[in-house]
Amino acid sequence: MSQQLMNDVTKDFQKEDVPVFRAGDTVKVSVKIKEGNRERIQIFEGLVIQRQGGGIGETFTVRKISYGIGIERTFPIHSPLVEEIKIIRRGKVRRAKLFYIRGLSSKKSRIKERR
Amino acid sequence: MAKGILGTKVGMTQIFNEDGLLIPVTVVSCEPNVVLQKKTVENDGYEAIQLGFKDKRVKLANKPELGHFAKSNSTPKRYLKEIAGQELGNFEVGQEIRVNIFEEGEIVDVTGTSKGKGFQGNIKRHGQGRGPMAHGSRYHRRPGSMGPIDPNHVRKGKNLPGHMGVEKVTIQNLEIVKVDLERNILLIKGSIPGPKKGVVVVKRGVKTSAIDPLNPANYIIAKEVSQVEKTAEEAQE
Repeated sequence: MSQQLMNDVTKDFQKEDVPVFRAGDTVKVSVKIKEGNRERIQIFEGLVIQRQGGGIGETFTVRKISYGIGIERTFPIHSPLVEEIKIIRRGKVRRAKLFYIRGLSSKKSRIKERR
Repeated sequence: MAKGILGTKVGMTQIFNEDGLLIPVTVVSCEPNVVLQKKTVENDGYEAIQLGFKDKRVKLANKPELGHFAKSNSTPKRYLKEIAGQELGNFEVGQEIRVNIFEEGEIVDVTGTSKGKGFQGNIKRHGQGRGPMAHGSRYHRRPGSMGPIDPNHVRKGKNLPGHMGVEKVTIQNLEIVKVDLERNILLIKGSIPGPKKGVVVVKRGVKTSAIDPLNPANYIIAKEVSQVEKTAEEAQE
């Protein structure tokens, strides 16, 4: 019963319209950034290499190559700062965590599309 | 005003605030409390309200208790607690107290019974350091010297191993993040003492100033003073 109550409490803070995506997918994440009083949206596009945790604390990690350097960013799925998650491409992978991609060249790290 | 409520700890979770930060919160479930008695200066020499929390079976209450509960027209309660404070005019015997006595952003103190740790050594119980683990010291986790030989006995209050936990603990200056009147729930920022299902008392913080620091109206005087100072400085220059 108490676990039920806790889930109810956090439900108010969770998003309901999170798209279904998993490791291997390529996504476009719109992140709100506050600069003083101004607010703007920054886009981070890359490959989802993991989804971790559950409930309100669930996060996902996106990896991209920027000027030849690999950048990974972890976002809380339900954070109000994550405005939108857009799926660009669904990838076919056989693992839930794609950490092996870090050591591969860009040519070897290609992922087939899932249909 | 005597401001307090009894509740049980449900557990901890996290929520997002407006800035998008995840805040750790403790969920405290406070079913409506009942004011069972008002202590007055004329009668008792001090002022307080007695709160009752959580129903119990009539069979578990003895006759004097039943008489006490009958005075406030309430069902027998398992936990009774006095909340001290002046100006009890707002309270009536038999009145229900709910979570909405608190507001979001208010500072409170939470009192509970800490988790039992069993028989513990000095390192865990009193925060002492340990001896060297190597070089043949043979003195690893022991309590150290028993004190000078002169008194021929161990001085009172010497830190020694023993039972730890299951004691009354108060954590001050916790912030109320959310008040949920529908579910009778308080969300309090950070952790509070005791196990899940443990009974806790949530009271107005003793160290909160009489002036509400969250109300921006209270800053106007301070601002004016600083402006006066600034103009004085400019005049000097």
